[in-house]
Amino acid sequence: MPAASQRRSTALVVFSTGFILLWLILAAFPFLWTLWGSFKVQGDFFSRADWMNAITGPLTTEQTGAPFTGQGYWGAWVESGFWRNVVNTGIVVVCTVVISLTLGTLGGYALARSGFRYAFWLLMIALVFRAMPHITLVSGYLLPFFQWNLWGHLPTTIIVLVAINQPFTLWMLHSFFLNIPKDLDESAMVDGCTRFQAFRLVIIPVMWPGVITTGLFSFLLAYNDFAVTAMLLSSENQTMIPRIASFLGSVQQEGNVMFAVAAVVSATAPLFVLILFFQRQIVSGLTAGAVKG
Amino acid sequence: MPHRTFIWFILPSLAAMILFIALPIISVVVQSLHVEHEQVLVTVENCGPFGCTEETRVDRDATAALREEQPLGRFNGLGTYFNRAHLATAEIAEAWATTDSLGAFWDRVMNLPFYRALVFTLAYTFIVTPLVVILGLAIALGVNALPKMFRGVTIFFSLLPMIVTPLIGSLVLFWMIDAEGVIGATLQILFDDPDLSLKASPTLTWITLFIYGVWSSAPFAFIVYYAGLQTVPEETLEAAMIDGASRWERIRYVVIPHLAPLTVFIMLIQFMDNFRVFEPIVGFQAQASATSLSYIIYSDLRGDVQQFGSAAATSVLTIIGVAILLTPVLIRTWRDFNRKRA
Repeated sequence: MPAASQRRSTALVVFSTGFILLWLILAAFPFLWTLWGSFKVQGDFFSRADWMNAITGPLTTEQTGAPFTGQGYWGAWVESGFWRNVVNTGIVVVCTVVISLTLGTLGGYALARSGFRYAFWLLMIALVFRAMPHITLVSGYLLPFFQWNLWGHLPTTIIVLVAINQPFTLWMLHSFFLNIPKDLDESAMVDGCTRFQAFRLVIIPVMWPGVITTGLFSFLLAYNDFAVTAMLLSSENQTMIPRIASFLGSVQQEGNVMFAVAAVVSATAPLFVLILFFQRQIVSGLTAGAVKG
Repeated sequence: MPHRTFIWFILPSLAAMILFIALPIISVVVQSLHVEHEQVLVTVENCGPFGCTEETRVDRDATAALREEQPLGRFNGLGTYFNRAHLATAEIAEAWATTDSLGAFWDRVMNLPFYRALVFTLAYTFIVTPLVVILGLAIALGVNALPKMFRGVTIFFSLLPMIVTPLIGSLVLFWMIDAEGVIGATLQILFDDPDLSLKASPTLTWITLFIYGVWSSAPFAFIVYYAGLQTVPEETLEAAMIDGASRWERIRYVVIPHLAPLTVFIMLIQFMDNFRVFEPIVGFQAQASATSLSYIIYSDLRGDVQQFGSAAATSVLTIIGVAILLTPVLIRTWRDFNRKRA
């Protein structure tokens, strides 16, 4: 039995359910459509005759003998060497997440436990840094990186992504550490621990929920980045997202747009799995800063 | 925590931010004051049987050597800021003097690359942000009314547009609105116009980009509002009902005020993110009709000749824009902070 204030008229229920259904279609349909279409040939996915062709796939059947084809995937992953970009993305993302979390937990812990005015100012500066469009920073890096021969390598990109990630990581972990009672590490210090020992022995064991949530967002930032990776990596070191962008520039001939479609679906799949397993953490992370403040 | 310990804990993080966020800002400022060296010209005298001719030509080796020696280029002061590609003061003054109507003046201004990008960026920021807030609130209210068992799956699909890489999200939509894609073709049938193309007209491109912006950011507002709705005090709602408030009045006078602090938070994050709009323009290949500040920096850096000075000047102007946008927030936070201390 719902609370009295939650009872509503039938018309309202129908309207609001309909609205949510419409939103769900808007949100999910483009991805399902592209997933389905990535197994067709270009003539079906971009059908001049009838958009129903993208669903039934007559040209796909005619050209390949079956209503589904993996040609796009074969072309992208094997012929165009997209697997190398996938490997690069893996390296960049894992390193970025691990390093950002290591730096971020130390810094966030210090900010949460320091009562001095400068801790507040550091957080404010971090907020300003968070607002910087990434491409403006990239235009600062390029010339020095060319001069010092740092341009084009994966480690350079990893360090840059870590730094760009720091303001956000600091804010988020700072608010998680504020939720861990001060008494915990202070009593450890009364018992003779140094500050770092208290952090290592008492705080680290209880901080994992916050770290996992922050790690998810660091992952998304590194994985989804285009501005930094497109500008700072040489073509043999490219990650997935800039590679997909360069697919578009080079392949407008017949058949090759499907390479890009297949690559796009491949790059979306990990994100899909991520939401599937970590939905609760993503939701709590999005609201961490907001609901309390 | 003593200052010393604090320093040791924050040092790695601070060092990363100083090296790769603060110093690049300084680097951008320095670069913006320089332009590439002009080509070194030499005058050579060619003497032939019919007398001597003087010829001026580019000394390639000397140019390359000079550029190698001073990669930053020559000092140009604020020259880059006021040239045609940026603030274009001379062109604006000229346009103001020669055009007789405001519309004509506006057309001239909109032909200048920096102003074109600035107008689009501001339009995007100030149109998409409120729409995201409204749509997010509507979805949150709707999902909150659903039976509990459907909420998880609804949230799962709602998260997709936000979590998916912006470039990929825009590409997926771009392929669908293609004249041969499903939405593009359906629109042609609906409006009975076989030449209708969302890519051809600047207005339609702008609208497409705005729709993409709302689509990809609404889930964020939705999630934040949805979490806020779980904490709306039930007693207040019931008290309002006993006092005879209708359903709409309860939303208007109880729920919305309860969510107000969240709105400030969403708006702040959205202003920051929308101001740097960039990937959708690449994904929708919309640069002919719409460019943003981030996009023109990108295209300066991408061209056959990389124009570091020009990109840097735009970057500095963008950073000033971010600063103006954030000032009210910072002032407010500073006041709150002082009040808490007092």
